Amino acid sequence: MDATALILSVELAALTTLILLLLGLPLAAWLAGSRWRYRFLVEAVVALPLVLPPTVLGFYLLTGLGPHSPAGRLFEAVAGHPFPFSFTGLLLASVLYSLPFAVQPFAGALAGVDRSLVEASHTLGVSRLGTFFRITLPLAWPGVLAGAVLAFAHTLGEFGVVLMVGGNIPGRTRTLSVAIFDHVEALEYGAAHRTAALLLVTSFAVLALVYALQRRPFFRWNER
Amino acid sequence: MERALSFEIVRRFPGGPAVAARASWPLDGPPVTVLFGPSGSGKTTVLRALAGLDRPEAGSIDFGGERWFDAGEGIDLPPQLRGVGLLFQEYALFPHLSVAANLAYGLHRLPRGEREGRVAELAGRFELGGLLSRRPAQLSGGQKQRVALARALAPRPRLLLLDEPLSALDAPTREALRGELRHLLERAGVPAIVVTHDRVEALALGDRLAVLVDGTIRQVGPVHQLFSAPADVEVARAVGTENVFPVRLVRSEDGLVVVRAEGAGGAELVAVDPGGLEDRAYACIRAEAVLLEPDGGHASSAQNRLAGVIASRRDEGPLSRITVACGLELVALVTRASAERLGLSPGLRVVAVVKAPAVRIVPRTT
Repeated sequence: MDATALILSVELAALTTLILLLLGLPLAAWLAGSRWRYRFLVEAVVALPLVLPPTVLGFYLLTGLGPHSPAGRLFEAVAGHPFPFSFTGLLLASVLYSLPFAVQPFAGALAGVDRSLVEASHTLGVSRLGTFFRITLPLAWPGVLAGAVLAFAHTLGEFGVVLMVGGNIPGRTRTLSVAIFDHVEALEYGAAHRTAALLLVTSFAVLALVYALQRRPFFRWNER
Repeated sequence: MERALSFEIVRRFPGGPAVAARASWPLDGPPVTVLFGPSGSGKTTVLRALAGLDRPEAGSIDFGGERWFDAGEGIDLPPQLRGVGLLFQEYALFPHLSVAANLAYGLHRLPRGEREGRVAELAGRFELGGLLSRRPAQLSGGQKQRVALARALAPRPRLLLLDEPLSALDAPTREALRGELRHLLERAGVPAIVVTHDRVEALALGDRLAVLVDGTIRQVGPVHQLFSAPADVEVARAVGTENVFPVRLVRSEDGLVVVRAEGAGGAELVAVDPGGLEDRAYACIRAEAVLLEPDGGHASSAQNRLAGVIASRRDEGPLSRITVACGLELVALVTRASAERLGLSPGLRVVAVVKAPAVRIVPRTT
């Protein structure tokens, strides 16, 4: 079994999800509340990874953050190593690639919170940030959880970006999906089967959890 | 100088109506001002601007000498700092918090011990004692209203705003809670502004009426006066053609009440008992429900036959508006043809006839 690859995949997915919670929630809150007329442009950019082949994102990241570009030199100065074929590079690519899977459910859930509750909180003297943590987030949590779980599952299963940006270095950038590709190329069908089944079961469990959480009783507060 | 609330609120809606409302009234004295107008007249826009939830495009808001908003100077005090309590139409109780937590929500600046004391005090005043651990979804409409009002008053606001406070309730509950709400508003000791399009609500809750038509405030004055003597045709159309008299209860029997108009020589009126009437009330009679007969006319089933003299007549298209002095200044709206046929003109003695069910009694507290 590809224990190293499994650990790496889970680590990558967990860190990606954490970063998406930290960055994606403010972005989603802005998207849900903004009346800026060019908001649709930001929405389109966020949704891009849904339609782009991962190779396109990977290609631009590689060239844009390559060792010869200014952004790439900045990355190297901050991270201490070049962008391509590193775990940090992979993490950055994953965050971008899974962005819509987190931000869209976040924004939907935040926008679904009754505006008058937020306004009531403001008139009761509670700041915007305080209102977000005391009213909006507690009421939107099923959607926020769904987004986090989807981002986790999506990162767990990504392949193209990993291969483009991370390559295939065991223990560093060799994730489960890449490991399966390796096994198949080497005609190790048994190993490929086991790894593929592991990913299949994990993904199914994660998605089942998301849909279970979104069932109505979780959205209603009267039974609690 | 007297403390006053003065505002000028200008706001345009794309493809919709424009609001340019300007008014001023004292903050001391009778506490409840009703912002009255048909739907779409801009009442909620004014209320939200006063609360600081929407920013007007132009104008200013001055509360007792304190600038809350000034478009010219770029002043816009956020709602958190205005000290305004707002009762939302659907109450906007926080569904994930208990009644107690809802009440305590605005008390975050108080030390914990005082917070609990304040919640207990409010629970007592608003009779919420047994409900503190419940969630809003487990409350009836009337209970939700009391919780929302208690929550809005908890941080001791300087101004209380109520957006159609009774509209979320079913009709029987609404009838029952009108008087109770008036009591609570009086005891709150805070100037309040109530938005409504319902005349009975305006009469039952308000001391002062501000009439809003097409985004502008046309008239501000004591409630019954404004109903009885609208300044112009548009205000009259907005408030309806209605005779409104302050009255006191004389007696009640067999489901009927007899009331006497306040003031010297006040006439007595028989009406259907609305229930809950203690002493003071408004009697409301729509002008179209008043029949005029020549003096010495025949008997009819109507309970109220008030003999008097025509004080004035004003023709308005096919109708004539005739004022009869009969111990009340009663306005009757009759067709011009009838007015001509009966020779209704000032000085003529007539009998004004009103059926008891056409006299609407709106109880008043204090």
